[in-house]
Amino acid sequence: MNFSEVFKQTNQLCRVSPDGKYLATCVQYRLVIRDVNTLQILQLYTCLDQVVHMEWSSDSLFILCAMYKRGLVQVWSLEQPDWHCKIDEGSIGLLSSRWSPDGRHILNTTEFHLRVTVWSLCNKSVSYIKYPKACQKGMDFSTDGRYMALAERRDCKDYISVFVCNDWHLLRHFETETQDLAGVEWSPNGCVLAVWDTCLEYKVLLYSLDGRLLSTYSAYEWSLGIKSIAWSPSSQFLAIGSYDEKVRILNHITWKKIVEFEHPATINNTKAVVYREVEKRLTIASDDLSLQQLSMGSSVFNSQSKYEICQLPVQVPTVQPDTDRANPKVGISSLSFSADNRYLATKNDNMPTCVWVWDMQRVGLQAVLEQASVVRCFVWDPRRPRLAVCTANSKLYLWSPAGCVSVRVPVEGCFQVLSLLWHCSGDSLILIGKDQLCLCYMETEQES
Amino acid sequence: MTMPEPAYETKEICSVTRLLMSPSRQNSVPALPSALLLPKNYSVLSAFCTEQNVNQCTSYINQEMGSLGLCGLSVELCDGGEGLEAVSALNLMYELLQVNRRSQRALEEMENLHLRSTSDLEHLQHGHTRLKDQLEYIRRENSGLHEGERQLQLKIKTLQSCLKSEKEEVQKLQSIISSRATQYNHDAKRKERECTKLKERLNQLLVDKRDKKLVIEVSNTIGRSDGKRGLWKTGKAEARHEGEMYTALLTDYEARQRSLMVENAELKKVLQQMKKDMMSILSPKKPVAKGAVPEDSLEQVDADAEEEEEEEVCESSRESLEQSCEQAREQLTNSIRLQWRRLKNHMERLDSQASLAASQERERDGEELISRRVHEEELQRLRLELQQCRDFVQAQQQLLQQLSSPCDEETAALLNDCYTLEEKERLKEEWRLFEEQKRNFEKERKSFTDAAIRLGHERKAFEDDRATWMKNQFLNMTPFVDRKRPAKSASTSASSLGAEPEAKVISTPAPLTKSHSYTAFNTPKAPISSRTPSTADLYRTLRLLPDNSCTRGSGKRGSRLDSSSVHSSGEHSTAKSRQRPPDSSLRSHAKDFHSPT
Repeated sequence: MNFSEVFKQTNQLCRVSPDGKYLATCVQYRLVIRDVNTLQILQLYTCLDQVVHMEWSSDSLFILCAMYKRGLVQVWSLEQPDWHCKIDEGSIGLLSSRWSPDGRHILNTTEFHLRVTVWSLCNKSVSYIKYPKACQKGMDFSTDGRYMALAERRDCKDYISVFVCNDWHLLRHFETETQDLAGVEWSPNGCVLAVWDTCLEYKVLLYSLDGRLLSTYSAYEWSLGIKSIAWSPSSQFLAIGSYDEKVRILNHITWKKIVEFEHPATINNTKAVVYREVEKRLTIASDDLSLQQLSMGSSVFNSQSKYEICQLPVQVPTVQPDTDRANPKVGISSLSFSADNRYLATKNDNMPTCVWVWDMQRVGLQAVLEQASVVRCFVWDPRRPRLAVCTANSKLYLWSPAGCVSVRVPVEGCFQVLSLLWHCSGDSLILIGKDQLCLCYMETEQES
Repeated sequence: MTMPEPAYETKEICSVTRLLMSPSRQNSVPALPSALLLPKNYSVLSAFCTEQNVNQCTSYINQEMGSLGLCGLSVELCDGGEGLEAVSALNLMYELLQVNRRSQRALEEMENLHLRSTSDLEHLQHGHTRLKDQLEYIRRENSGLHEGERQLQLKIKTLQSCLKSEKEEVQKLQSIISSRATQYNHDAKRKERECTKLKERLNQLLVDKRDKKLVIEVSNTIGRSDGKRGLWKTGKAEARHEGEMYTALLTDYEARQRSLMVENAELKKVLQQMKKDMMSILSPKKPVAKGAVPEDSLEQVDADAEEEEEEEVCESSRESLEQSCEQAREQLTNSIRLQWRRLKNHMERLDSQASLAASQERERDGEELISRRVHEEELQRLRLELQQCRDFVQAQQQLLQQLSSPCDEETAALLNDCYTLEEKERLKEEWRLFEEQKRNFEKERKSFTDAAIRLGHERKAFEDDRATWMKNQFLNMTPFVDRKRPAKSASTSASSLGAEPEAKVISTPAPLTKSHSYTAFNTPKAPISSRTPSTADLYRTLRLLPDNSCTRGSGKRGSRLDSSSVHSSGEHSTAKSRQRPPDSSLRSHAKDFHSPT
């Protein structure tokens, strides 16, 4: 495993182009495009203000830089450095900006979710979509980029509009049986739309592309409901994480629950392996303990760690959530499937140091990674069943069915890995710190 | 003593009696102590009897005695009137002493009784007091419990009231919540409406204002990613979109159906495999079961019928694998279910049999507790025997391999198949028999060839004879005399000519001799035999008894060729049997061959 040198970035703005050739980073108001392999700067663009959001177009030809405070979006072309486009939303304000899947339209959501403005780079035309709903995930494009589902709110009722992205033709418009719709998500094959209700009510609705209601699922009533949702890449499973610390898996044929994954505080599943990160303070009492190391401040950063396999049963550290406050820190906040559909990684908010990996073939717990500190982010390798985890320290953790490893990022100074980003080939990993980033190259399979 | 004194009694007597009566009176009569203290000095006054009143005294005493029940005794005065009769007085005294002693004893007894009764009484009193105490205690306890109960009742009452109030509270809160929820919902809706109105207004304002800033500056527009030009929104486009959507859905459903079909096919395959396995497991055991359990023969018949049905079903389901029609699927599942049930039954039966056997074993063990030593010895013996047999088998195997080297592969496979000791034994036996047989045949063949040569000569001679005879016949031919004769001779010649290939055809079953097949094969020959019974008989006997053929066949030469062909077939069969020793038909054949020798 090799590491590159450290580059500067701001707002954790760092994206790899969809074709995997370029790396775009934002440093204040500058946009830097590098070659992923050589890390040489290819282009340098200067924006009008500090960039808040940055996104590659699907064909890797354009980059969008949004400056929400000023209501501005600037688009740059990689092929024609002097080509330039600026969109000003004016006094109406800008809340979010994104590319349409064809890479020729930009969808801006205005402040107060007043409307969604669709700007065309082809003919400078502008069109509006009114009444978009302000919610967890109100807009989703299908994986093939053909359709867009948009949650709307009219007359205190939830609606969903399905647009054809090609020409923004409204294909379907239907009312949903939700109290207060929280999100929409297309299945990866683009034929089923999962719609979930607000956390006050556990309800998942599954709509066909043509607006027919396929199925409704509700696990329980009255207590807080769905927190997160994830489709398996094969569209075969729908995983629903909820506030009751459970993940429920629905199948794609009957849309009934196949299995329920619990996250108990005491693990005594004999088929699971529990890896516990054990930190070892470096015992350097010699002159190695230089001023530089002392200046690093926290001793956490020069500690070494390794994984130990725990003897079952294992007691997992839990945090008692404050139930009096809104959005209590309990339940499954994030879940994601590995690229081969084989594994599911979950995180339970009241066990913040643990990542749970479930085997979907065996439908059981495969492994639990108990970290020394709070897990910030976990991402699957887009090619292999390999999970990268970071916990806001200078280490990178990798899990694969073969085992678990902890790698210290060999970077001078303080570098806390806050976020992770895989290159689409799965050969390299971008570690994003507070204002720095570093590339990590996976050399061989054995190292993982 | 308290009885009333006679009237004539003096005061003195009274006083004496009083003295005797109660010691307490002693003190009350202070004049008397002197008389008591000095008993010797009988004072005249105090004496009971004086010389003057002897008579009265005696009468008095007599009277008293009478009253005491001693009627027969009395004190009598002497004739002289002076002095008492000693005998009677003494008797009286003795009686009195007796009475006294008796009364004394009675008194003692009474005292004892009294004592005992007093102690009893005391004891009873004790018991009584104790019981009283207990009663008291229990009463107190009871009252305490009563008190507790009362308190608990009170508590219950308060709790119940509490519960009721709580319930009311809950209900109230629920109603509050629901009312608030409705209120909240209403407000939310109102707010939302207001919000939408505001948004609308804002939109309107923005549109009206024609916000100058709301612009897009593009240095030059770019082409669409697909290279096409944008299309007008028309009905046609709409239809196209619909079509595309439905095709997408259709392809998805098709893919899903395909995957389901694949899965189905796989499952069906598994089912078929399972069924086949089940059948193979169940079928070889059936005849055994049939023989062993005659009582469920009906069931067996049913099962047979079922099996036939199943086979049909199996066939049909195999077809259905391709066409996957509803009915076939049902049939398949049904047959599987059936098989499964049978398997279960079978298993249960086996279970019960096993348990029965086990119990029998146990019983037998209980019955005849043959000493363990005997058992062990027997076992040891059997083991030894087994070892010997194994060695034997191995040796034979080697031998066989050596013998049947040209067809090594086959024999190896066959030997693998028939590894059991029994088979080996039989094989060996057969082998020996065949060897013998072979030798016999060899001998026979020689004799037969000789005979054949002779026959050839004879035949020639016969032909010549016949020719001459025929010529003679022809020459002196009469219309009806001996009409049959030439026909017969012709037929015999024909049969003798045609018999050879025919015999060869039937040669394989022929060695089975008396078996039905043989007669069946021979039936077409029946007319011939009826015409020429001697030849047919000869054939038969020749085939039956190849050893005797030499002696018998010497007469008729025509038969020898046939028997030689039989012989060759026998050789053939030995060659075959070398390859397939366990074949039963061949075995029986060999036995038949063997029996006459």
